[in-house]
Amino acid sequence: MAQRKAFRWHIAVFLAPAVLVYTAIMIVPLFGTLNLSLFNTGEEGRVFVGLRNFATLFGDPRWSASFWNALGNNAWFFLVHMLVQNPVGVALAALLSSPRLRGAAFYRTAIFIPTILSFVIVGFVWKLILSPIWGIAPGMLDAVGLKGLFAPWLGREGTALTTLALISVWQFVGIPMMLIYAALLSIPDEVIEAAEMDGVTGWSQFWKIKLPLILPSIGIISILTFVGNFNAFDLIYVTQGALAGPNFSTDILGTFLYRTFFGFQLQIGDPHMGATIATAMFGIILLGVSFYLFAIQRRLRRYQF
Amino acid sequence: MTKTIRLALLTSTLLTGAAWAQDVTLTIESWRNDDLAIWQEKIIPAFEAANPGIKINFAPSAPPEYNAVLNSKLDAGSAGDLITCRPFDASLELFKKGKLADLSDLAAMANFSDVAKSAWQTDDGAQTFCVPMASVIHGFIYNKTAFDELGLTPPRTEAEFFALLDKIKEDGTYIPMAMGTADQWEAATMGYQNIGPNYWHGEEGRKALIEGTSSLTDDGWVAPFRQLAKWKDYLGDGFEAQTYPDSQNLFTLGRAAIYPAGSWEIGVFGPQIGGAFEMGAFPPPVPAEGDTCYISDHTDIALGMNAATKHPEEARKFLEWVGSSEFASLYANALPGFFSLNSAPVEMEDPLAREFVGWRETCEPTIRSTYQILSRGTPNLENETWTASANVITGAETPEAAAERLQQGLAAWHAPQQK
Amino acid sequence: MSQARHSTARSLAAHAVLILYTVIALFPVFVVVINSFKNRRAIFADPLAVPTAESFDLVGYRTVLAQGDFVLYFQNSLIVTVASLFFVLLFGAMAAFALSEYRFRGNMLMGLYLALGIMIPIRLGTVAILQMMVASGLVNTLTALVLVYTAQGLPLAVFILSEFMRGVSDDLKNAGRIDGLSEYTIFFRLVLPLVRPAMATVAVFTMIPIWNDLWFPLILAPSEATKTITLGSQVFIGQFVTNWNAVLAALSLAILPVLVLYLIFSRQLIRGITAGAVK
Repeated sequence: MAQRKAFRWHIAVFLAPAVLVYTAIMIVPLFGTLNLSLFNTGEEGRVFVGLRNFATLFGDPRWSASFWNALGNNAWFFLVHMLVQNPVGVALAALLSSPRLRGAAFYRTAIFIPTILSFVIVGFVWKLILSPIWGIAPGMLDAVGLKGLFAPWLGREGTALTTLALISVWQFVGIPMMLIYAALLSIPDEVIEAAEMDGVTGWSQFWKIKLPLILPSIGIISILTFVGNFNAFDLIYVTQGALAGPNFSTDILGTFLYRTFFGFQLQIGDPHMGATIATAMFGIILLGVSFYLFAIQRRLRRYQF
Repeated sequence: MTKTIRLALLTSTLLTGAAWAQDVTLTIESWRNDDLAIWQEKIIPAFEAANPGIKINFAPSAPPEYNAVLNSKLDAGSAGDLITCRPFDASLELFKKGKLADLSDLAAMANFSDVAKSAWQTDDGAQTFCVPMASVIHGFIYNKTAFDELGLTPPRTEAEFFALLDKIKEDGTYIPMAMGTADQWEAATMGYQNIGPNYWHGEEGRKALIEGTSSLTDDGWVAPFRQLAKWKDYLGDGFEAQTYPDSQNLFTLGRAAIYPAGSWEIGVFGPQIGGAFEMGAFPPPVPAEGDTCYISDHTDIALGMNAATKHPEEARKFLEWVGSSEFASLYANALPGFFSLNSAPVEMEDPLAREFVGWRETCEPTIRSTYQILSRGTPNLENETWTASANVITGAETPEAAAERLQQGLAAWHAPQQK
Repeated sequence: MSQARHSTARSLAAHAVLILYTVIALFPVFVVVINSFKNRRAIFADPLAVPTAESFDLVGYRTVLAQGDFVLYFQNSLIVTVASLFFVLLFGAMAAFALSEYRFRGNMLMGLYLALGIMIPIRLGTVAILQMMVASGLVNTLTALVLVYTAQGLPLAVFILSEFMRGVSDDLKNAGRIDGLSEYTIFFRLVLPLVRPAMATVAVFTMIPIWNDLWFPLILAPSEATKTITLGSQVFIGQFVTNWNAVLAALSLAILPVLVLYLIFSRQLIRGITAGAVK
């Protein structure tokens, strides 16, 4: 911060490659697409319609019903992740980082394996496990005398979405676990030793000493979960198809967008309405991220080691 | 090692260079992953042998992504020379945007009836843009061995059909019918569109709906839903989560007696059953003895030309061949259950395929009701029909409520229905 | 004494929980792998059974190896993944350093700008990206994929790395400055080694979606010479027939390389942490 006057070339050098590649390949095409939301196809080609597409999306019940349904499902999908995935991830990381734990590397690798699988495998294997016909789950429940608990979860309106959210949690729990694990490991030994000298150990050590130190990382995983969930698409597409059955009960913004933008079966892709939905999604996510950046991230106290 | 490779490369360049200086390769875009081997082993060699200088590359992508991938490639200009055409609006849209070339003047078009071509024409029928390849027929495939064992015969009427299902259920050895609602299209396509034509009287009902003289809440359109609602009791446990491959497996592994089918299954089921039991087929049962029977004989697949191809000459040459009787017989026999649309009769070897195609003689053919014109707006009638059919079977919606919802959706944008 | 017993009990409990979760995590993978060695009938007759002499069948693997050049597909996937990772990590770390280290006008905005990419699925830009690749003659090259994946991976990398770089001690960097080190040396010699755990984490997160992506290989590089392994396995998923033997075999094979990459990075992660502690 010393040389305030001279232009600091190194900043430009550090930023340039990322900004160039990112702008050319991602931002320009994406904003080109979002821009489509302001147009529509009329009699003589593309016409500028201002915000009329948005009026259709939110005002026309044929569109708005699907949109709100998808948004509601998406919110639930996110909530399940926040309530299950992140706490489980933090707990696993806390266990893994306990000193002198044998086999930590093995556990860490094993628990992370679902995360490296492709959606095709995840979708296939869970459908097979939960299938009422080939029945791994019914068979296992039967073995412990709980056959009555089994239901075709993925096929029922009331349970399909939660089941899928839990499958997604299973798949991605490795991500919060890894991030928190890295954060926990970078807490210096001196801090822990000092705590132990004061008699703070075990769970109270975790709550009072470690948790405040890893709060920034928990912030990151929350926002990554938020962004990831509101952009989610593949798992539902692979297991339930683009129509996100039964009866659209698993339809989230990603599947709704895909159907509209690219079309599906006899439904012809509509880039303009698709872009409108994408812009609305972008707005929702941007709101969430800005809230995090401006309201939360600034308040988080950071510790430098 | 490197030397050998270089040598190999050199010789291959020399050889091809010497023999055919201007070999043209045509790429075919398709959703038929399933047919890769058939194209590579039977169809392409037959064409290439007769047309030296033209090479064909069949490049399919997975069916659910096909439309999205194709449209993106066409928009950006990287699509193949020949385009496999979905029926009706998906292709019509591409033609209107100038992505598909007009093929009306192709000599081979004379080999197809107007009905065969209707799925790939402008609404006024003036221009045709794809060469029809095949249609598929709906009906029911059954486990003949199981039927013999239980002393059952194929039903002709709706009443006989349900009596039959009751008997199979009572006996308990077999699941009466293999169908699930998880994939939704199964319920709509193999259910509603399969049995429906008998109630809405095929083409007559379909056209009346387009013209606005009948409505989806009319009896002819609700009756098939009422039937579907009764199917619930005859499906396997947990059918709500049963997917299409699950249904196929249930039937081919010999666990279910009846399979509501599309004729394409003929070629799929044969090898999977591997002789474990015999199959038979019956057309959708009619409402009452003596009624005319109607079948869904759906124009499903065709081949068009990318308007931006660099080799229009060669592409047209290939399309002429696709319109020939030679191709018709090659294709129909390689893929039993995909029936040629060519006017020239095709001799088929598969007995089950012959059974299906035989219904063309006794029943009135029609195409799926939602495909022409009616799925142009929002909400999309075809997609809505998927959801509605699945809902009716699971009991989430009554037949009447489902029909009411479909009608409202259609009337929201289809002008003739807005009176 | 009692403390020791207490901690043994705690560590037993920790092991119990971790073992339980490991089983939950691995069980489905186990199901995929055992079924890839069975014939079709056996898969559906009893999906839980391990292959026996009767049901053991390599038909899936044979089909996979017969259809297309899977060694080449592997190679393509590996090249694309590793090259994209390299650029994402290098460019991402540089940008993250600039954002977290220097105060300059528009810093916050630049941070937000670089984060925009995680908020819109890049798939939406498909047509424009494809047009760009067609115009520059990059269709059906691995370069096209590397470019797209680099752009796609950058936002997340910058986002995570800048958070971690804020945690690097200022004293250390200032000491470097006093010693007359250039900003570049400070970044490459002092800061990068310290954020190795975070780099490894980012590497893992970036690599998975690239390896498993189906969309861009399908659109940008579907030719035989540039097919990736994920795209190659799709051949077995048809309109009416899905060859589960082949799909399972292809996918089981596809797990291995990512697993190896993951093991390499996670070792880096640990080594980075220990190195950091010694500083």
